Amino acid sequence: MTRIGHSVPRLEDRRLLTGTGHFVDDLHLPGTAHMRIVRSQHAHGRLVSVDTSGAAALPGVVLAVGARGFNRVPRIPIRLQLTEDTLEEYLQPVLAEDEVRYVGEPVAVVLAEDPYLAEDAAEAVAVDIEPLEPVLDAAGDGATRATTLEFGYGDIGEAFTSAAHVVEIEVAIGRHAAVPLENRGLVAELDPDTGVLTLHGLTKVPHFNRRVLAEMLGMDLELIRFTTTDAGGGFGGRGELYPEDCLAALMATQLKRPVKWVEDRGEHLVASNHSRQQVHRLRAAVTAEGDLVGLDAEIIHDNGAYMRTHGVTVAELTATMLPGPYRLAAYRARVGVMLTNKTPAGTYRAPGRYEGTFARERLLDTIAAELGMEPVEVRRRNLLVAAELPLNRGLATLGTEVVIDAGDPIGLFERTVAAAEFDRWGGGPTGPDPDIRRGRGIGVFMEKSGLGPYETARAELGDDGRVTLAVGGTSLGQGIETVMAQIAADRLGLDPSDITVIHGDSDRVPDGVGSWASRSTVVGGVAVARAAAGLAAEITSLGASRLGTSAEAAKLDSGRVVDTATGRSVDLAEVASEARRQGRTPGVDEVFHVDHMTYPYGVHLAEVEVDAGTGGVAVTRYFVGYEIGRSVNPRLVEGQLLGGVAQGLGGALLEEFRYDENGQPLSTTFMDYLVPTAMEVPDGIGLLVSEEWPADNDLGVRGAGEGGITGVGAAVANAVADALGDPTAARSLPVEPQRVVRELEGGGTG
Amino acid sequence: MSTEPEPESVTVEFTVNGETRRVDIPPRRTLADVLREDLHLTGTHLGCEHGVCGACTVIVDGDPVRSCLMFGVQVSGAEIETVEGLALPDGSLNDLQRSFSEHHGLQCGFCTPGMLMLGTAYVRRAVAADRASVREVVSSNLCRCTGYQGIVDAVCDLVCSGVEATITPDPRGNGEGEALDTPVPAGES
Repeated sequence: MTRIGHSVPRLEDRRLLTGTGHFVDDLHLPGTAHMRIVRSQHAHGRLVSVDTSGAAALPGVVLAVGARGFNRVPRIPIRLQLTEDTLEEYLQPVLAEDEVRYVGEPVAVVLAEDPYLAEDAAEAVAVDIEPLEPVLDAAGDGATRATTLEFGYGDIGEAFTSAAHVVEIEVAIGRHAAVPLENRGLVAELDPDTGVLTLHGLTKVPHFNRRVLAEMLGMDLELIRFTTTDAGGGFGGRGELYPEDCLAALMATQLKRPVKWVEDRGEHLVASNHSRQQVHRLRAAVTAEGDLVGLDAEIIHDNGAYMRTHGVTVAELTATMLPGPYRLAAYRARVGVMLTNKTPAGTYRAPGRYEGTFARERLLDTIAAELGMEPVEVRRRNLLVAAELPLNRGLATLGTEVVIDAGDPIGLFERTVAAAEFDRWGGGPTGPDPDIRRGRGIGVFMEKSGLGPYETARAELGDDGRVTLAVGGTSLGQGIETVMAQIAADRLGLDPSDITVIHGDSDRVPDGVGSWASRSTVVGGVAVARAAAGLAAEITSLGASRLGTSAEAAKLDSGRVVDTATGRSVDLAEVASEARRQGRTPGVDEVFHVDHMTYPYGVHLAEVEVDAGTGGVAVTRYFVGYEIGRSVNPRLVEGQLLGGVAQGLGGALLEEFRYDENGQPLSTTFMDYLVPTAMEVPDGIGLLVSEEWPADNDLGVRGAGEGGITGVGAAVANAVADALGDPTAARSLPVEPQRVVRELEGGGTG
Repeated sequence: MSTEPEPESVTVEFTVNGETRRVDIPPRRTLADVLREDLHLTGTHLGCEHGVCGACTVIVDGDPVRSCLMFGVQVSGAEIETVEGLALPDGSLNDLQRSFSEHHGLQCGFCTPGMLMLGTAYVRRAVAADRASVREVVSSNLCRCTGYQGIVDAVCDLVCSGVEATITPDPRGNGEGEALDTPVPAGES
């Protein structure tokens, strides 16, 4: 029986549709103290004093304290350590000690009996900061260079000496971020009898965070438990270990009562990881015919005030994935990882690829314009063909070699432009309004997915005959329970709804690597498939002995073990009872290791209408072609792609964290930070989900989580430049109306 | 900053999902917090607390409202509906809930209760709507996961065909003819 490849209904839906989901703020533990963070109002300054006495005197206040009020805890370490330099001096303390480096940095913590009182008390904390000059331009003189990354292969000098054309562009990607609809939150609870500290609500990488917290708090690992809650979207930003999480845990151990911290949206927009902000200076060496033979990239990455848990991940991925699915003989990239007095940065869905795809695809359109070619022709000349794969890029990323495993990028490109009828898009006036100009754009991209090093799964048969699956991945709303249940159901011949999926609970799942980097289905799915197959064999053998036959003569079919000779059968509850009789617990643990990633790729196509009067950009048509290898649940894959496109449109047209000249954030509400609504997302986005090139894993799957967003900035910006008939336009994201108007007035590139 | 003692609570009586409730509510407490904290109806979510995202949308006297922008003391005598009241008496999902699941109109589910309550108020009044008007109504609320297509499909399934959907009825009887305070498509209101 196969359950893979079908759009089975999601197991998660019922609870989420009836209001019985279980998000962290829904947890009401008796005796809870509510935590509120006091944050720096200055972008940069010397922290002279934090006076909490006024707050502590207010009714209902349990504790109010600054960094000097308790023993120092270590700074939060980098989770993805990719450089030899540990970058220790740039790590963020849980509370600012002597200096504040961005507006929103935690300087004190207040706990009260009620969240309203905690907010009152936070306002009564007197924070004295002596302002210092803020650094806001990562490319400017004052920015601190945390590190420089260099990558490359081939003879770059020769490529440029022999090139017929050298094409240069400079592009900028705006600061925006994951911004899930649920703000961050955590409930920390210390059991005074057992000494066990339980943390509810830190989804994504619970096992890693558990190890780090144990070290930071000086506690035994066994005394820290993580449990799972529903999570209102992740997209890279949620679930990393933030200062506030450490503070909540610390306060719970000190106060010996539950501590609840739930941030508000204003806090989220200045305190949760920002992302994306980079400037790319790209030089391309191109032959007379339009073949790309060399690429030289100089990238400035604005990481904000500190190095947080992602370390240099975004910067590294930008450089190592920049060549995309193109033939490229010589490559060199230098990335300056710079620190400024803005909110620290981390990953956001398709980190480094959204940025790099935008830069590279704007470059390709510029090459096309300078050589008098059509944008589709430049791609046709340079995209990799099936026979060139596998291709070892001679680059390494996230500790793995970049080996583009299998596929046919040029083939997918042709199928996508044909399916969308792209040749009919864009071009010319749209109607009676002469100010409306229509254009079309392409964003071809390469993704990566299935990062190891391993994932865990345990499949077991409970006493009641129900199968439980404990998986190392976590749920951020993507549907992991359904997908894992489908894979296990396939191997066990059951219905997905017969299977209970447990995740994120360190008591039930002792180890796991978590859900990020489009890895859950690719790596976790294989672990589940193998564990479930093992359990199926065990069930068959137990059932056979109950039936008095051999395992070879029995088969597992639709929840029963059948004696193929006699047709007699037993159900899973009887199998479970047979196991008890034999003193066995039917269960299989699987740890699936993998040392390489798999590289999906795709094509985004956009059509826009630009209003030359207002500079407004409306996306009128959109199409995504994506090579998935194999879909476990096609509807969920579509959901990932469509949701990704909408988020990508935000970064392309609307979303930006702006700062004034003093480093004061200007995007602190949803009135200023514009998440796309249904009106900004075009109806009827077209999809071509290709399953032609299975990956070399048990399931053939490639990651689906990020390809929906990767090419949006590129395709939209290319379409705007096309609409304006100016290849130098739309070189900054987001493509805002005021920039478009400036470009139309000839006021320089945006 | 506030150092004054909190003003006295006010006892307020109202109906939630058909049940009469009496709650002592401090004047500054929002309706959302009354529902979530006092009545433990945690299906209503808070995404921004400044009236933009719509995750906290509930129905008050037939109209979809942002419960984060309303004070609890304002609902004296009102009829309130939340996501917890949508399912049919036997516990099965109503047409709109089922449609959301069928069209993959939810992923993380955080915006879903607000979308469902917005959709409920709309479906009760919309007659033979089209995709464009559904899209405009859905644009009242934010969703970060789905890209809206599944949500628009789900709502449209109930109102675009012209066939009347079976949806949790308005507890006050028929809401027809009243204007919807959320954006109503041109030509619809």
